[in-house]
Amino acid sequence: MTNQNTISRESDLSGGEYKWGFVTDVDTELAPKGLSEDIVRLISEKKEEPEWLLEWRLKAYRLWADLEKKDGEPTWAMIDYPGVDFQDIYYYAAPKGTNEAPKSLDDVDPEMLETFEKLGIPLQERAALAGVAVDAVFDSVSVATTMEKQLGELGIIFCSFSEAVKNHPELVKKYLGSVVPHTDNFYAALNSAVFSDGSFAYIPPGVKCPIELMTYFRINTEGSGQFERTLIVADKGAYVSYLEGCTAPFRKTSQLHAAVVELVALDDAEIKYSTIQNWFPGTKDGEGGVYNFVTKRGRADMNAKISWTQVETGSAITWKYPSVILRGDNSVGEFFSVALANNHQQADTGTKMIHIGKNTKSTIVSKGISAGKGNNTYRGQVQIMPGAENAVNHTQCDSLLVGDQCGAHTVPYIEVRNPTARLEHEASTSKVSDDQLFYLMARGLSEEEAHHMIITGWSRDVIKELPFEFALEASQLLKVSLEGAVG
Amino acid sequence: MTIETPPAAVDKFARAFEKLSSDKSTSPEWIKSLREKAWSAFSNLGLPTKRRGNELWKYTNLRPLADLEFSYGSSGSVTAEQIKCAGPWDDAWDTLVVVDGKFSSELSSLNGTTGLRATSLASAIESSEGDVESQLASLAGKEEYAFTALSTAFVDDGAYVSLGDGSELEQPVHVIFVTSGASESRAVYPRLLMNAGVGSSMTLIETHLNLADTPQFSAPVIEILQDGGSAIRHYRVQMENEASFHIGTTRVSQQGDTDFTSTSFAVGAQIARNDVHTLLDAPGANCTLHGLYMTNGSQHQDQEISTTHAKPGGSSDQFYKGILSGKSHAVFSGKVIVMRNAQKSDANQKDLNLLLSRGAEIDAKPSLEIYADDITASHGATAGHVDRDTLFYLQSRGVDEETAKAILVRGFAEEMLNEFEPPTLFDFVERVTDERIPVLLAESDTIGTA
Repeated sequence: MTNQNTISRESDLSGGEYKWGFVTDVDTELAPKGLSEDIVRLISEKKEEPEWLLEWRLKAYRLWADLEKKDGEPTWAMIDYPGVDFQDIYYYAAPKGTNEAPKSLDDVDPEMLETFEKLGIPLQERAALAGVAVDAVFDSVSVATTMEKQLGELGIIFCSFSEAVKNHPELVKKYLGSVVPHTDNFYAALNSAVFSDGSFAYIPPGVKCPIELMTYFRINTEGSGQFERTLIVADKGAYVSYLEGCTAPFRKTSQLHAAVVELVALDDAEIKYSTIQNWFPGTKDGEGGVYNFVTKRGRADMNAKISWTQVETGSAITWKYPSVILRGDNSVGEFFSVALANNHQQADTGTKMIHIGKNTKSTIVSKGISAGKGNNTYRGQVQIMPGAENAVNHTQCDSLLVGDQCGAHTVPYIEVRNPTARLEHEASTSKVSDDQLFYLMARGLSEEEAHHMIITGWSRDVIKELPFEFALEASQLLKVSLEGAVG
Repeated sequence: MTIETPPAAVDKFARAFEKLSSDKSTSPEWIKSLREKAWSAFSNLGLPTKRRGNELWKYTNLRPLADLEFSYGSSGSVTAEQIKCAGPWDDAWDTLVVVDGKFSSELSSLNGTTGLRATSLASAIESSEGDVESQLASLAGKEEYAFTALSTAFVDDGAYVSLGDGSELEQPVHVIFVTSGASESRAVYPRLLMNAGVGSSMTLIETHLNLADTPQFSAPVIEILQDGGSAIRHYRVQMENEASFHIGTTRVSQQGDTDFTSTSFAVGAQIARNDVHTLLDAPGANCTLHGLYMTNGSQHQDQEISTTHAKPGGSSDQFYKGILSGKSHAVFSGKVIVMRNAQKSDANQKDLNLLLSRGAEIDAKPSLEIYADDITASHGATAGHVDRDTLFYLQSRGVDEETAKAILVRGFAEEMLNEFEPPTLFDFVERVTDERIPVLLAESDTIGTA
């Protein structure tokens, strides 16, 4: 039984300001600013990692340093920002006293518990009522994971990445970097070198995970970057639904978030991955905010299914393309996204569907909302490889413009190398219809309420893909994020 | 930090540029300075390469062109019969013939139509006629494009067409760009500069022919300036030989309440690029860019189509259809930009493709870049084989598979063919299509009924 009050973010939605901008005063252990081989060694040492993982990190670091020297950070996306000074970032920030993983919630710093309480994340055992298991990641470190025991009875492993390295090295070694290799791109290389923690989940063959798994990410320390790594493996015939939420304090300097998420769905498995991304978007005048440069990709084997659903309302800049490699025959990939860019936010987001296996299917539904001075770009790639007999793709991407100072862009890449494939792409761009607004306002709604109602309805195709509690929150987030954009 | 790679293949054009500069030392100063500036821009750019991040050349690899050795010999000879046999021809049309980049008054057939000034670009340049000085390379000469810079560095001759205010021509004006037969490979840079006066209207046909059977490189540049209220119906037929390289550039600037309606028919060349950009530079301009491309063997066809809505109340419509067979490769890269103040704009974009064989590849990138809110824009793209159900239906009616396929492919092309209104032109593209379809089908694969 789901108790919606337990999980709601309990935020007052009337003001329109970013509600999650408070700072938690906890003792933090910081490595010196900047990035070098020594820092990579330090991170690995702090986490008591085995030699192979250090070597893997160093390989990634050397590649990244090389890329940085040669080309710098990638510039192809339609985003405009002053660039990142990679030597002015803390690559390791951990709440003090977390070197040892807490044995139970009693060992967790009360300040931190309070933070997650304020954010509405149910770390207490009452979380059981909400039907989710939560891994809470504070700055770079996982501070608490709930319901490990209950899940353990089913053979499900759900823990922080560091614990997984210690307790399940064979699984980590087998799958780490198997979907997003360290050579994939600039930020994937950076993440591979310095990733600090994140979540790990393994669902054994044939097991249907009975509750939703959730990771909550929180950046706290000023000037720190967050580089978490998530690895989810659904073994043959397994099923899991995974939720991800994120917030950061109000800071006038920008923060870098470069995460990597790898999903592995073995034969007949299904992974449903939902994200509500609500990093600090910057002030109304475009100061501060999180740079969200994320690589997310899943691998679907025979008959497997991977579904990405995302609601992107936060971050000053979003650069994110959750993708599916459909390598097994009959595998299915889905991408449902609502991305909102208000004030000075910039979002360049979309997906990649790589069809390799026969009879593979993919569906893309992307809704982009631009308001204020925001710029929203859908960038998606659908690739049909020569062996992908009878592959099918349907893509729909719609953009909505609210106000005359924003921008909405669509950049699909469609690459077809098999004649049996069927591929359709359609897109439209418009503003909120005057007729619909007029109708609702004639029924007594304010202009803002009318806009919100129309936008929620317009995003419904995506929102309905979210688990119930997330759907409610997503709709409220859209409302808050849009406040001030109308009228 | 970025490590600079040296501009590609500049050397191979340098000798020719020196030769042109010395041959044309008596040209007016303005043209000499235009060439110098363009050459310096090209030497910095070099030929585009497919390297990462070069978005405009992501799908087209010019390596084979960069590897081609050019000779700088004189142009060959072409007869009227050869031209009439290879392309569309109608005595009623005003026809300008440009051979290897040089205007030929012997082959051209001008009827002294009132309101039309049609002549060699070289003579217009040498006498600095009309607005040639301010118009030439005003749309295409921009420093960021290697091929317009290259063409402008070698600008010398071609066709010049000027339509007087209020002139409405009944018969089309036909400009034929022909590459003569030769055993060695040459690079030619034909140009067409055209302006349409206030309230004028005409039909312009542009045909690209190649009488050689060896690899040739042609980089035609077309600039069209439309004054307020003018209407141009434009057709483009590209029939280069299948060993050649054709990098065509068309730039159109439209003033208020103008119409530019264009249909292209592209079947030729080893590597062909049709790079079109229209600028809706005043309120109420309408632009229609349609086209059909057919590829087989190892051909590569790249349609690079873009429209900028700079002012309010304009409409644009991009619609391309492709039929691909063999191991060929086609690219459709469409772009619509609606600028901040271009409210009440309407933009449509569509690219439909028939993929007939396993080796063929289509890369479509229909993109929208929109900065105004009170607009409507939509785009769509599809790719697939001929519809199996329809094929099955025809077969169940006793039509054999090959014929059924031919009917469906022809039906797919029909919509575009029907846009070719002048009867002589329609007959020509229809004949070429009917000859081409069996070739496409011979290289196609049978896709079992589902």
